[in-house]
Amino acid sequence: MSSPVPYSKPKSTAIALNHVSKIYANGTVALQDMNLAIEDGQFVSLVGASGCGKSTALRLIAGLGQMSEGSITWGDHQPQKELAFVFQEPSLLPWATVIENVRLPLKLAGMKDRDSRSQVQEVLHLVGLDSFAQAYPRELSGGMKMRVSIARALVTKPKILLMDEPFGALDEMTRAKLNADVLHLWQQGDGNGDRYTVVFVTHNIYEAVYLSQRVVIMAPRPGRVVGEVAIEAPYPRTEEFRTSRISNEYCREISGRLAAAGAGTEYYDEQINTR
Amino acid sequence: MTKFSLDLAPIPITKSLPAQTSLGEKLVKQVTSIDFIAPLVVGVIALLIWEVLVKVTNLPPFLLPGPILVLQTLIKDWGELFTSLIITFQITLVAFIAAVISGVLISVLFIQSKWVERSFFPYAVVLQTTPIVAIAPLIILWIRRIVPEPNTTFAALVICAWIVAFFPIISNTTLGLNSVDHNLRNVFQLYRASKWQTLIYLQLPAALPYFLGGLKISGGLALIGAVVAEFVAGTGGAKAGLAYQILMASYNLQIPRMFAALLLTTILGVIIFVSLTALSDFLLKNWHESAIEREN
Repeated sequence: MSSPVPYSKPKSTAIALNHVSKIYANGTVALQDMNLAIEDGQFVSLVGASGCGKSTALRLIAGLGQMSEGSITWGDHQPQKELAFVFQEPSLLPWATVIENVRLPLKLAGMKDRDSRSQVQEVLHLVGLDSFAQAYPRELSGGMKMRVSIARALVTKPKILLMDEPFGALDEMTRAKLNADVLHLWQQGDGNGDRYTVVFVTHNIYEAVYLSQRVVIMAPRPGRVVGEVAIEAPYPRTEEFRTSRISNEYCREISGRLAAAGAGTEYYDEQINTR
Repeated sequence: MTKFSLDLAPIPITKSLPAQTSLGEKLVKQVTSIDFIAPLVVGVIALLIWEVLVKVTNLPPFLLPGPILVLQTLIKDWGELFTSLIITFQITLVAFIAAVISGVLISVLFIQSKWVERSFFPYAVVLQTTPIVAIAPLIILWIRRIVPEPNTTFAALVICAWIVAFFPIISNTTLGLNSVDHNLRNVFQLYRASKWQTLIYLQLPAALPYFLGGLKISGGLALIGAVVAEFVAGTGGAKAGLAYQILMASYNLQIPRMFAALLLTTILGVIIFVSLTALSDFLLKNWHESAIEREN
């Protein structure tokens, strides 16, 4: 289904998934025939129940794992250089300080510490962790660890940001705060007027509506796309938007579609549990 | 419009690190702690009972010497015993260092390919499970043909101690290298880290706690290997270690001297363990659960 985008300017495609499928060796169909074109600078969320293939799709885009069928095409990007991934867990090196963790991608790219210093300081400032540069991950709260993880993703100045349920393990207040932070970062863009292209995976409908321009609805067994809703609310989106009537209507629509698509899932779940 | 929280500095958390104390204060605190005093009291009481028992029952010293006599013998024979202690320490140290280097290298080799690990690991186990007492004579025999005197015995003993000491290092380090968090593996894969970078920045640091656990076991085993092998080798000459002193003392029924040599062996073992524990705590103090002091 086509989606109206709240931009008059024509945009080029950043990522396109063409008939992408992923079947595991044990026969599980994690993702079946997924088609999705994401435009440059767009904020797209993938929502769905566990096992709907949303994380699988994201990992395939990131090049973590082989797809069984189909292809992924890229715009003008060099995907491996301009892509960053924020994992479900903060995934920080416990033996390294915050600054060393953020520096890691640049270090792995062969950059000397001396040359990467200003770049690292900049992103630390961006996520508000300047004063924690020398702290170890264990000294930080869950939300702060996630900020470090985001800083690590942004330090390479990516064009495409892939986020895999990054705030799933956080409390509601911290999640709301980090949602606002992510939107703020996205609107700021890379400093040259270009926004990141964000693909955000979540099972939280409210989060998806608050953040995205497009919400792609997915259903499990087999994992597949069942529809899409365009969120035509202007940015910047405030805290009031989160609880606004418009937002609620979008949430209701998405949740209705999820329920329709997932009809029978309870039955399957029971079967699995009683097995 | 709500203000975006990003511009705000986060609320500083109070660091859970223990307050900075000087080395002297730390030492005093440790010496006056229950962990130190309680075993000390038990030890002193046991020694007292031992001494009294020996005195009361009039046991001859060649059956069981009292602790005071052992101490007197230690002081009297200090020259010879200390020389032996140094030799045993040298054998232990060289074997231990060789075990650490070879153990880590072999572990790194093992994780390069499952096939290498599968093919060679059983032989590391075989080497470990074969009693060192049984193969020491063979090793000594072979070494005599390769290494010229006067280093023959030293080399043979080092090899025996090494065989005993290197297995915990291999076993633990291999486990550690294979236990890297899969999320972190993904991060490295995503940023196209080379095999070498993954080893240096991810696998080796992740394996450090496991390696240090192996190190503590290996340090003690190196000493045991050195002593046991010397018992078998039964060497004499100028370069005799503590085992030789124990052996000779027992032949000559110099039981107090035997106890004194035994005491030195035990002290050496304790020093090795304590140093390795201190090293482990120092290396892990910033990040690993095992070394973090918590106030609960």
